[in-house]
Amino acid sequence: MNPTGFSEQVRRAWAIAKKDVRIYYFKGPVLIFGIFMPVFLFLAFLMGSRQLPLGFLVSGLVGMALFFTATAVSPAIFPWEGQAKTLERLASCPVRVETIIFGDMIASTLFGIGITIVTVVFGLALGLPMLHILPLLAGILLAACCFSAIGMLLAVPPTNVPSNIMMLSSLIKFPLVFISGIFIPLQQMPPWGLALAVCSPLTYFTDIVRYSFMGANYFPVVVDIAVLGIFTMVFTAGTMWLHKRTMPKRM
Amino acid sequence: MPVAIDVKNLTKRFGTTVAVDHISFSVQEGEIFGFLGPNGAGKTTTTRMLTGVIPPDSGTAIITGHDIRHEPVLAKQGFGVVPETSNAYTDLTAWQNLMLMGDLYGLPRAKAEERASDLLGTLGLLDRKDQKVQAYSKGMKQRLILVMALLHEPGLLFLDEPTSGLDVQSTQMILSLLRDLNMAGTTIFLTTHNMEEANRLCHRVGIIRSGKMVAIDAPEKLKAAIGRVHKIEVSFDREIPGDAIVTLPGIQSANRTGDKWQITADNRDVAIRSLVTFSRQHEATIVTLNTLAPSLDDAFLLLTQETSP
Repeated sequence: MNPTGFSEQVRRAWAIAKKDVRIYYFKGPVLIFGIFMPVFLFLAFLMGSRQLPLGFLVSGLVGMALFFTATAVSPAIFPWEGQAKTLERLASCPVRVETIIFGDMIASTLFGIGITIVTVVFGLALGLPMLHILPLLAGILLAACCFSAIGMLLAVPPTNVPSNIMMLSSLIKFPLVFISGIFIPLQQMPPWGLALAVCSPLTYFTDIVRYSFMGANYFPVVVDIAVLGIFTMVFTAGTMWLHKRTMPKRM
Repeated sequence: MPVAIDVKNLTKRFGTTVAVDHISFSVQEGEIFGFLGPNGAGKTTTTRMLTGVIPPDSGTAIITGHDIRHEPVLAKQGFGVVPETSNAYTDLTAWQNLMLMGDLYGLPRAKAEERASDLLGTLGLLDRKDQKVQAYSKGMKQRLILVMALLHEPGLLFLDEPTSGLDVQSTQMILSLLRDLNMAGTTIFLTTHNMEEANRLCHRVGIIRSGKMVAIDAPEKLKAAIGRVHKIEVSFDREIPGDAIVTLPGIQSANRTGDKWQITADNRDVAIRSLVTFSRQHEATIVTLNTLAPSLDDAFLLLTQETSP
């Protein structure tokens, strides 16, 4: 066994992910920000925007569910673990900082995918057709990775007070939802709104979901997937680089 | 003998404060090395640098043949850590914590289960293995942390105040295990405030003060090195003037503790003769008179006084 080898570090990241799922799945913030928040936003817009088709709103719900669930767990893990000193335990184990981040990202990705699939099934149960399943699956996987990386990016400030990170997280996440074409179709956005929308990875994922449910999309699907892939790589590399720098400050 | 820990000019600053100031020392394989120092001296910072939790600003630390800065994973694979504060996952059971450690150290599951059962049995936790750690007492948590640190059979063990605040039973269980581990060849780096523990366990001790190493030697040699100052304990059958004792030949200081006088003397023979003469002059009978060998406490106190070199 070579403990520094890639496959061995991936195995250890998987162990960290299993631990995260066991411990953090049912914490309050995860339930509130990951599940209840998108459901209540969906219901609010369902009742308030009767002129929008159901397929449009359910696509928004799927987008929000993945975005909120994948970013609900990851920002708070480091502050929780820093507070409980378990992060110091991980730091003294033979794992790289990147392995810890990757493990946390795997947990968030799986959690996000799991909840998102429930919302997709919910959409199908409401009578929406599944027109393009492969782009949807690829989009869910890519976007879950991307949003998990965003979640870890939100945890970069080296504080061990979870509420500080949750506040920062809400400040960034909510505006992002409103600029990503979830509730306002991209076609109806003013130029400045569209300029903001193209900067959000959630825009591209929601576009893929609408293509899958309604056959209607703003960008070509290949572009959606390519941009999501680029966002995922940039955010993952960025979060690993930044956490490597800030990790000692948490100890 | 091969070196388990080789530290050269290790330095750590926090802002303008130099927490650890160019310290150098080595620990041989199979040795129990005690790392002593007053609060804020730099013990925990040093241990955290040696275990790869925080990076040093300068200097090198070679742990089991690997530079902790440049080969941290290989270095960490070879040692176990028992921190002062229990840091097991309290939402997991003891068994789940141990299996997590097994996975993080790359142990095959069967081997991890076998080791976990053996160690939990040795430290009296086997029947509580499926209980969440949050229900454990402090002593049980500390024993669990020790099991977690030993699961992968490390050749080197770092312990930071492992028995601090524990009951006698847990303390004895841990110390006994440490002795057995050392007999089996495990190198132990023990950070402690407990002089008696260090005196009984350690082959050598290093004393750090204000971030600098002020002494490294065997406990008996350190005691002998400060043997130039003798302690005498004397009690009389009646009140005697304390001021007068200090002025006697051979006596440096005299402090009253209960019904006794603790006397430090630079010349034991002269001091005792003076005390005998003094008791006759004041028609007082000497009830007890003991000469005390210097303890590791004395060595520690002397070496960590700010005024000493």
